[in-house]
Amino acid sequence: MRRLRAPLILLISILSISVLGLTLAPGVDADGNRTHLSFFHALYFMSYTATTIGFGEIPDAFTDQQRLWVTFCIYLSVVGWAYTVGTVFTLLADRSLQQALRTQSFLRAVQRLREPFLLVCGYGETGRLLCAGLDHLGYRAVVVERDEVKVGEIELHSYRADVPALAADARNPEILKFAGLDHPNCIGVVALTDDDSANLAIAIAARLLAPKIPALCRAEVPEVAANMASFGTRHIINPFEKFAEYLALALHAPAAWQLLIWLTGLPGSTVEQQRDPPKGEWIVCGHGRFGQMLVHAMERESVPLTIIDRLPPDDLTHRWVQGDGTGASALEQARVRHAAGIVAATGNDVDNLSIAVTARELNPNLFVILRQNHYANHALFEAYDSDVDVVPSKIIAHECLAILTTPLLVPFLEAVKRRGEAWCEKWLTTLTGRFGWQVPAVWSERIDLSGAPALHRLLLDDTLALLGQLLRSPSNRDDLLGCVALYLYRKDGEHLLMPPTDTEIRAGDEILFVGTPDARSELTLTLSHEHVLGYVLTGCEQPGGWVWEKLARRKQAIAARGADRTGHGCAPR
Amino acid sequence: MNLEKVIFGFFIVLAATLNFGFFVGDIDNPAHHDIYELFAAIVVSLIATVLKFGDRTQIGAVHLSTSLVADLQLIAAAMVWGYAAHVSPDGVTPEMVARVVSLSGGALFANVVSVVILIAETIMQRR
Repeated sequence: MRRLRAPLILLISILSISVLGLTLAPGVDADGNRTHLSFFHALYFMSYTATTIGFGEIPDAFTDQQRLWVTFCIYLSVVGWAYTVGTVFTLLADRSLQQALRTQSFLRAVQRLREPFLLVCGYGETGRLLCAGLDHLGYRAVVVERDEVKVGEIELHSYRADVPALAADARNPEILKFAGLDHPNCIGVVALTDDDSANLAIAIAARLLAPKIPALCRAEVPEVAANMASFGTRHIINPFEKFAEYLALALHAPAAWQLLIWLTGLPGSTVEQQRDPPKGEWIVCGHGRFGQMLVHAMERESVPLTIIDRLPPDDLTHRWVQGDGTGASALEQARVRHAAGIVAATGNDVDNLSIAVTARELNPNLFVILRQNHYANHALFEAYDSDVDVVPSKIIAHECLAILTTPLLVPFLEAVKRRGEAWCEKWLTTLTGRFGWQVPAVWSERIDLSGAPALHRLLLDDTLALLGQLLRSPSNRDDLLGCVALYLYRKDGEHLLMPPTDTEIRAGDEILFVGTPDARSELTLTLSHEHVLGYVLTGCEQPGGWVWEKLARRKQAIAARGADRTGHGCAPR
Repeated sequence: MNLEKVIFGFFIVLAATLNFGFFVGDIDNPAHHDIYELFAAIVVSLIATVLKFGDRTQIGAVHLSTSLVADLQLIAAAMVWGYAAHVSPDGVTPEMVARVVSLSGGALFANVVSVVILIAETIMQRR
């Protein structure tokens, strides 16, 4: 407003001088008498002259003295108007004003949120994948990202619900508070920036300001991860460590690995059946963070390794070839023709592809694992068709989705990893045979007053309910629901993996299911609607409403007063 | 010697004095109230209002509001005069003049309050 002072005062003074002059300049009316323009007419004339409308000379034609004055006024006033209007527009387009307005509207958008939402810090490739996954599953997200260009891109991506986004540094706890860290509907914070120290700052802020909600942080440097763990960050995701774990699992239990990938894929995608990684000699190209993690993982599985890297050897326990893996000579030195598999783990996508192509030429049956650093290059990687693509952003996004949407999945996956190969193989064939290779819906149901009210009330009345009885279609009791119970967690700590159909359900249980989305909604209906539950369990239609219940009771009383029968009546509740 | 404060004080007091000058005299005698003085009072009052923009203190806000009130009353007075002179069939009667002058009297009151606030502000910052 202060900047408007000068132009406004200029405008007022120019206008007043012109009007004053016009009232004083001598004029002549139609009869030839001397008149003066009144203030009203002078103001009217100046208004349409200054704004360059220009009607004409009113009420009579001007004398030369008047016209002389008017000429002077025209140049003065038009310039004054143009200057004022220009200043007003510059003020509106001012960057700091725009930024202030945008922050205000972001604040209001966040305050108005009434659904559970996640606070996502960092909108790089990982953030984008995560938001797409969340949107697909129906969760809201609020994004804080430092780069304005990326924030602008959010509007271009088609999300089903609005994603409020702010271009600010997420390290600042004030910004996190603006973005809803202490909002009652915030159900989690995800720190996905590419700077580990920023992620650490976000983790600390989340721990101190909102200790009850889970904080998921990405950390690629082990020291930062240890730091985060030291103050109790619940989930620290190191994509390289995760993949190394998966690879170790794949080497000794490939069916378990396939099962895990199938269950934790991005919702809506299809998992391709892959070749299992073979045992034998492996080559690791690139001894960076990823390479080191892989070497440790493979050591645990006792896999013989050769490392190719440009730097001189700093690991003396394995065979080391100093050279460039993209060239055939280094690969030959590492005995690629006799190797079972190769991992291209450098930090450069083009190098990785080059290594893979060269290696396959020398040994066509090689199992190739490629590290993809930038999601943007996915066209090249898809065209190449390696056996496994390691995309850190996808791994992190999968982990986050799994932890946030189905917390029971994490203990289940741990339990699966400990089971034998045969068990995983059997269940993999059963489940994919039933649901196909498209990533299924995975959800958990808690048997309490808010999650399953009808069943909960029934259980409190000491009625017996078995798992198999519940998993039936509400439209026809003889059809089975398209879902399977994977994991049952009781309140007293007991847990069952793949509970059989005659397992008793007790109040307070939490069950992990896998199946089709239709099965999910049907199961929710069964668990919350009293009459549907009654039909599914007993096969009898319950009378709806108070009047019909009274009539049914009366009919029952009459029947009971009669001869003793062993019929199974459908007693009203 | 702060030039900005001099200009600020100058325009506020000038607005009050011009307004008072217009107001003084028989309320229904057109000879006592000069139209040029009303014009000058309006112009200076508008300039004084613009000078009060952008002050984020509480007392600055009240100061701006008194100036806006004075502007409103003076412009209303000018419009009544314009109506009487050009639109009304009877022209500028003593009755219409009385209306104009009473409106300007209201503006005068607001201007006096504005001057009082100016004095209070100055005394608060005894330097």
